[in-house]
Amino acid sequence: MEKKKRKLIKGNEAVGMAAVAAGCRYYFGYPITPQSEIPEYLARVFPKIGGVFLQAESEIASINMLLGAGSAGERVMTSSSGPGISLMQEGISYMAGSEVPGVIVNVQRSGPGLGGISPSQGDYFQASRGGGHGDYRTPVLAPDSVQEMWDLTILAFDLADRYRTPVVVLADAMLGQMKEPLTERVPEFPPLPAKDWITTGAQGREPRILKSLYLADGELEKHCWDLHKKYLKMKEREVRFEDYQTADAELIVVGFGSAARISKTAVDRARGEGKKVGLFRPITICPFPEDRIAGLADAGKSFLVVELNTGQMLDDVRMSAGRRAPIHFYGRPNGAGSLPTPDDILHEIMEAYPG
Amino acid sequence: MNDKELRLQNPWPETLAEKPMHFCPGCNHGIIHRLVAEAIDHLGIREKTVGAASVGCSVFLYDYLRTDVVESPHGRAPAVATGLRRALPDKYVYTYQGDGDLAAIGTSEIIHAANRGEKMTVIFVNNTTYGMTGGQMAPTTLLGQVTTTTPYGRDWHMAGYPMRMAEMLGQLEGATFVARAAVNKPANLKRCRKLILQAFEAQVKLNGFGFVEVLSACPTDWGMTPEKALQRVADEMIPYFPLGVFKDKKESEHL
Repeated sequence: MEKKKRKLIKGNEAVGMAAVAAGCRYYFGYPITPQSEIPEYLARVFPKIGGVFLQAESEIASINMLLGAGSAGERVMTSSSGPGISLMQEGISYMAGSEVPGVIVNVQRSGPGLGGISPSQGDYFQASRGGGHGDYRTPVLAPDSVQEMWDLTILAFDLADRYRTPVVVLADAMLGQMKEPLTERVPEFPPLPAKDWITTGAQGREPRILKSLYLADGELEKHCWDLHKKYLKMKEREVRFEDYQTADAELIVVGFGSAARISKTAVDRARGEGKKVGLFRPITICPFPEDRIAGLADAGKSFLVVELNTGQMLDDVRMSAGRRAPIHFYGRPNGAGSLPTPDDILHEIMEAYPG
Repeated sequence: MNDKELRLQNPWPETLAEKPMHFCPGCNHGIIHRLVAEAIDHLGIREKTVGAASVGCSVFLYDYLRTDVVESPHGRAPAVATGLRRALPDKYVYTYQGDGDLAAIGTSEIIHAANRGEKMTVIFVNNTTYGMTGGQMAPTTLLGQVTTTTPYGRDWHMAGYPMRMAEMLGQLEGATFVARAAVNKPANLKRCRKLILQAFEAQVKLNGFGFVEVLSACPTDWGMTPEKALQRVADEMIPYFPLGVFKDKKESEHL
């Protein structure tokens, strides 16, 4: 494991650095606030290391370039924010259907529509409910720090190749713009399956076709179930989360990304006032850690879901906890001036605390 | 001439799969697919070439052209081909697109691929209609032409004018070779064969962007017999979409 500790690094740059460390040498993207530092970083670095940086004419073109370069077997990445990710949905669906790997980073801004440029978590549904058309899921990873912007981008490339799927890294404007110390570490991964499906020219073999069109009777149903089997494997093996002081907690705050960060401080303050509060932080939004939440519900905990939206992960918490747990909600949908403080969340914790 | 003699005169291209095609009687896709196969074989690049298929009647390209193929969303084949070619600098790529795919939903992607001088070959089949979906108006539909979405004939006040893609792309610095051809009669077919080969050579020999627009008949959507449809290509389409070469850079800045 190679470790190198750097001084303050911006979240967006950490994503670019991680892509390089993961062996990605192809980036196709389009500028959009608050993530333009990602293409700018790679525009500087890739030419020096034989990588290809191409600023595409649109996000639609970007995702399709990913489809092409991914079909050739390369590690590929794009990045955008909500409006651009909307444009990419068709391409992501095609990548999922043709089983072409790639990494798509969403540095969430406020929406819907043109919205604003401040952080939000309003794209949770877009990321976790497929987003594009058709019956597929993509793994979704939610960092909460500059370190995780690095760690989870590296993990994203591994999951993409391991399962032959597009993978979404769901960050937000705050994470993208903040600066924190970064340790450049690359873990050992188990060996990856061979890329015996890539289209590189049919030399000495039969031509290969990467497609998602299945018209014969029964073909497409079988294909969708095969894709589903992949998703079930991911559910079995790839769920990741953080338990922060949940063991003896009466009330558990559930949050991801920036909302979880702020909530952690509120949890500490609540503990300081004698309340048994913990934080449960999904790191994989998809597959969602439903079993762990079910277990916490069975153990009699109450929940307070905190999100920078009007209630999206809330649905998944409700589904996982069932009707046996009280579930409270505190949402701050976003826009300038709407980021909650730890005391805002502490107030909600006190209100929701059982007894 | 018997079958054997015909075959010797006109050997089946290696890149063309030996199977019946699904196209309508009188459709020119069969001929154009074959000309693409002949160009690939002439250059000996079948095993080093990847196609980006598109959406339209040619969606089954991968059943007929024996190269690796990546299926692309509607209009996006030039972007998919860009990703492929940038990742495969020693291989070749081509796209094969209809008028809806290239001139409607895909205008951005084709213009920018040409503008960047992407090393690729684009075959653009223009039949002034949306074939696969049953005959709606295309960007290339002629004024006054009746289609299922212009039941009173195309009127420019509502629907604009037919687009001449070859001329537009010929204006871009980044393009190396841009031409328009037809296959409605043997003389035009021979010329088309040469131009398609040149569009591939623009990529293979000059490392540039090669493009051929091929005027095609669609007897089914036009409600005509195959013979009448070919006549329409001559009488109505060629006057508006003139055949010829619009860009022919002899050298490439990419070398």
